[in-house]
Amino acid sequence: MTHTFYIAMSYAVTAIVTLCLTGWVWLDGRARQKELAELEASGIRRRSAQPRNDAARGDAVKGDTA
Amino acid sequence: MTESLAITKFSDLANPTRFLGLAARILPWMAGATAILFAIGLYLSFTTEGDYQQGMTVRIMYVHVPAAWLSMMCYSVMAVSAIGTLVWRHPLADVSHKAAAPLGAAFTLIALATGSLWGKPMWGTWWVWDARLTSVFVLFLMYLGLIALNRAMDDPGRAARLSAVLILVGFVNIPIIKFSVDWWNTLHQPASVIRMDGPTIDQEFLWPLLFMAIAFTTLFFTLHVMAMRNEIWRRRITAQRRMAARMAGRTPGSEA
Repeated sequence: MTHTFYIAMSYAVTAIVTLCLTGWVWLDGRARQKELAELEASGIRRRSAQPRNDAARGDAVKGDTA
Repeated sequence: MTESLAITKFSDLANPTRFLGLAARILPWMAGATAILFAIGLYLSFTTEGDYQQGMTVRIMYVHVPAAWLSMMCYSVMAVSAIGTLVWRHPLADVSHKAAAPLGAAFTLIALATGSLWGKPMWGTWWVWDARLTSVFVLFLMYLGLIALNRAMDDPGRAARLSAVLILVGFVNIPIIKFSVDWWNTLHQPASVIRMDGPTIDQEFLWPLLFMAIAFTTLFFTLHVMAMRNEIWRRRITAQRRMAARMAGRTPGSEA
């Protein structure tokens, strides 16, 4: 095998792993955004995102640390 | 005064909503900077002359060395985050080390694979169990173990504390990796860039290497911020689903 083969393989491995990693992080973000939008659409909101009246009624729950 | 201001600003980031706002503002700039730095780094990498001994295979260095640096830097970031979890109980510290583990594993995999592809034409072998190669392989296994641990436990708080302890115990491997080439007789060459007496590498190879190293580092931080944001969203989804389940159980029919 020539030196060009080893160089090409190194850059190919780096490109594949980097692109897969970037794609995975990006797609994961899109999936989570979609899920949050669906929850929002079905009327389930975080305590801090709820209207004042709802929060005063105590509908919200503790435990949303993030 | 300045120090307390910096601490206050750092504490402000403890609020995940504030962190999400900051991430939305800086991520396009970070992604743009990463793309520009990679374009310059790759251009320099493929326009420089080959080494008088290694020939063009020296170009493998421009991806192998930054990946190897990042494999250690990522673990160091995780160790600082682990201290943040155990000592300061910073709400984003465990999000940080959980999000960084897959990134560290990927960069360590690149370092191992490209090192092997560089070793075959230069050393005549794909792999040897010398101190540097073995300690980096152990680092890769540690990343996989931490990913598995985080996924195996349902309670993120408990998983974070356990992971933080393991990360800090495993940090002993980082100086071993760095100094393995000085402490033991290894096939891997000693450091030629980060040295007390300055870099011994020729300027022609140093510039592409530095640009590629900065490009890889900005890529890591961009992906880390994105992965942290995803983890915050994931926890919010879990909390909201739990809230929905409680609300469903509190309907008038069930109370009666």
